Formats: sequence, structure tokens, C-alpha cells
Amino acid sequence: MTTYGTVAVIIYLLLSPVIACTLSGVDRVVTARMQGRRGPKLMQPWYDLVKLFSKETTSVNDIQKILVMAHCFFAIFSGAIFFAGGDVMLVLFALTMSEVFLILAAYSVNAAYSEIGAQRELLQMMAYEPMTLLTAVGFYLATGSFKVDKIISTDLPLIIKMPGFFIGFCFVLVVKLRKSPFDLSTSHHANQEIIKGLTGDLSGPVYGFSELAELYEEVLMLGIVGLFFMTKEPVSLLWAFIAIAVVMFCMSLIDNIFPRVKWEALLKAAWLVTFFAGGANLVILSLAERM
Amino acid sequence: MRISKSPWLLHYDGSSCNGCDIEVLASTAPRFDVERFGIINTGNPKHADIFLCTGGVNSQNKDVVRQIYDQMPDPKVVLACGICACDGGIFKDCYNILGGTDTVIPVDVYVPGCAVRPEAIIDGVVKALKILDEKAEKMKRGEYRSLTSAEYAEKIASKDGSDGEALQEEKDA
Ligand code: SF4
Repeated sequence: MTTYGTVAVIIYLLLSPVIACTLSGVDRVVTARMQGRRGPKLMQPWYDLVKLFSKETTSVNDIQKILVMAHCFFAIFSGAIFFAGGDVMLVLFALTMSEVFLILAAYSVNAAYSEIGAQRELLQMMAYEPMTLLTAVGFYLATGSFKVDKIISTDLPLIIKMPGFFIGFCFVLVVKLRKSPFDLSTSHHANQEIIKGLTGDLSGPVYGFSELAELYEEVLMLGIVGLFFMTKEPVSLLWAFIAIAVVMFCMSLIDNIFPRVKWEALLKAAWLVTFFAGGANLVILSLAERM
Repeated sequence: MRISKSPWLLHYDGSSCNGCDIEVLASTAPRFDVERFGIINTGNPKHADIFLCTGGVNSQNKDVVRQIYDQMPDPKVVLACGICACDGGIFKDCYNILGGTDTVIPVDVYVPGCAVRPEAIIDGVVKALKILDEKAEKMKRGEYRSLTSAEYAEKIASKDGSDGEALQEEKDA
């Protein structure tokens, strides 16, 4: 691990919750303004998180707690590999592993809404997993390596070679960050169809851990967005941050413009985008490779 | 950090005429926007800190109200919104109505009105937040645990044979 890698991992481990809370605070204020409301305080997600840890621990069974902790651990772990400059494939597999633990936790309580939530989460994974894996393959084709520290040492930002992958990845990001559609397995919207579904039976600190995992995951996902804009010049970090800000804003906008998209529509749309944007880019990249 | 900075609310409609419910929803809409206080309408008892009840309790939903209350993790507060939730209101003498919310679970704040206005609801919630903070403080010191609905039923029964009536007198006094 390089010195940069070590520093990045330490920053990631210590500051991710604060950074992600601030980002989702901004997102909540922006969303409120789009809806003609004032919106909450900027650090509201942080207050929510701290509150959850101060509540009474009630859980339906003991295994639920362990599964949620494992979910949180793997989410943090996958981000740590990414920021240490590790293998993108490994990052994605660890992330899938963490999702699986959350789904198991939801199934373990044997409650109707949790179960529907878990089923929807599986469907969602079916929708976005192909695109995220394809993105990793795209990075390999464009740079000849799965390693993050190799990927960021290119001369030109990868967005030039991989625009299709970028569009596809941003598309699935809306689902991954639990924004749209409105009947997701779990989301932050009050108009949720299945009463928080997946996380419906978690409460107090246990729910806090699942929220914490989500915050780390958010930072990781935005890190992957940044990866498209990184080059070996340090100034590219600035472009990456600007790109992340633009992507976040677009995500709020999409969320507010299409408040009633359902998961069936999502599944079809995600696969179409994966096929056309990701697939086409893949073909072009591999043809260019041969020439 | 005080727990009152992030109060998540659960709204349950007992036997309300829907007048109060519309006002509760109005307070979450742009004009009154309760989200500016960090309040979220969760719809899930396991995530809620405040139980906002509208309408009286009837013989069919009394167990539902009890169950919702018992599923909420401590610290929690209960808000009875509208005169129906306070003591049965206009439906008080109906054959199926037991009375206000406090016939089955302990209530912390009573917000009267028919229908209760959004300003009054927000006022009531702010009052409930103070109580929530106090409870959280006491809980931290290990001095407090809220009554379960079963314990509450016992408490009422020990005061007087007929549950609702006893509390009513206490309130009147
Ligand atoms: S207090 Fe009035 S408006 Fe509210 S539920 Fe009762 S009758 Fe309806």
C-alpha cells in the first residue's frame, strides 16, 4: 500500500460518516427547496444517526444483530480496499457480500414487510449488479488493470474512453443510493410503499449500524464516480469533486422529477441502459484494443 | 446531542373522522413543513420516537394501539391529537368507543381541538420533545423505563374497576 493509499484509507474510515451525512443533508435541503419547502438543518442526517445509537436496543432475535454488524463491516471493508488502491472486482464482491448479509438479516425476522423488502432488494441487485460488474470490466479494458492505483495513473481521464459506462453507472447509482424508484426495498422517503421494508424490523442501534453502512457505501460509490475523472495529475482530484457534485445534484433532480417510478420499470430500464450504454462502450473498447 | 433534534413520528388514525388526519398531513406539507424541525413521518413503530394518535380508541383497534406502542423503543412519547384522541370527543357515547388514547396507553401530551390545527399540532410536538429529552436523560442514568401497555392496564385497573372512567376523573380534577 502506498503512503497516499494509507492516508486515503484513514481519511475514509474516520471522515466518511461526516462527509456522507453532510452530503445527504445538502441533498435533503435541495430536495426540500425543489418542493417549495424550507427543509431540515444541514446536519440533520448526523443528528438522526447519533439519535439511533442512543435509543433502546430491541431486536427480534440475536442473529439479526450479528448479520447487520457483518453487513456494516463488509461495507466499510469494501470501501477500505477501494481507497487503498486495491482491486475493483474485489471491492464489488465485498460490497455484494455486505448486501447479502442485510438481506439475510431481513429474512431472519420472519416479518411480512421485511420479507417483501428483502425480495425487492434481490430484484434491485439483479437490476444494478450487471452494470457495476461491467464498469469494472470497462476499467480493465481501458487501463489494463483492475487495481485502483493503476487506474488513476492514466494520462487522460477515463470518462473519454468510457462515457457509456459512466452513463450506465450513474443510472444504477440512483438505485444504489436508494433514491428512486419510490417502492425500493428501503428508502428515506416518507411516501415509502412498504414501510421501510428491508430495514423495517431493525430498531435503535441495530438500525444505526445499517445506516452507518449506507453512509460508507455512499462514499465508496461516489469514489467510483470520481475514478472516471482521475488522472496522474493531482489537479484531477478537483475535477473528480466537481463531477461528484454534479452527479449528486442530477440525482436529486431525477428523484424529484420522477417520484412515482416503480421497480418493474426500473428493472427493464436498468437492463436496457446496461445493454446499450455499457454494452456498446464495451464493444468499442475491445475493438479499439485489437487495432 | 439531544434526542429532540431528530424526532421521528408515527401517525395512527384510531376512530378519527379524518378531520384531524388531514391537519396532521397538512403540517408535513410545504406550508407548515415539519421537516424543518427534523421531524420525519416514518410509518414504522420500530423507528419512531413520537406516537401521534388521532381519533378515539374503539373495541376493535385497542390491541393495535397497544401493539404499536409496545413496539416503539424507549425513549418514546405519546401525543393525543384532537379532542377525540383526548377523551373520545363527539363519539364518546358511541357503543364501540372506549374513550381517548389514554384508555389503553399512557399519554404525555394532549392537544385539543376539533379539528386540531397544524399550529397546535406543531406546538404539541414541541412540547412532547421537551418530555422526550427529559426521558432520554433519565434513561441514560438508568432511572427510567416507560410502562408497557400491559403494565399500564394493570395500573388503571388497580385505580378503579372501569379503566377509562378513572383516568377521566383524574384529568378533570
Ligand atoms: S377531533 Fe374533530 S376533527 Fe378530529 S377526529 Fe375528532 S371529530 Fe374529527
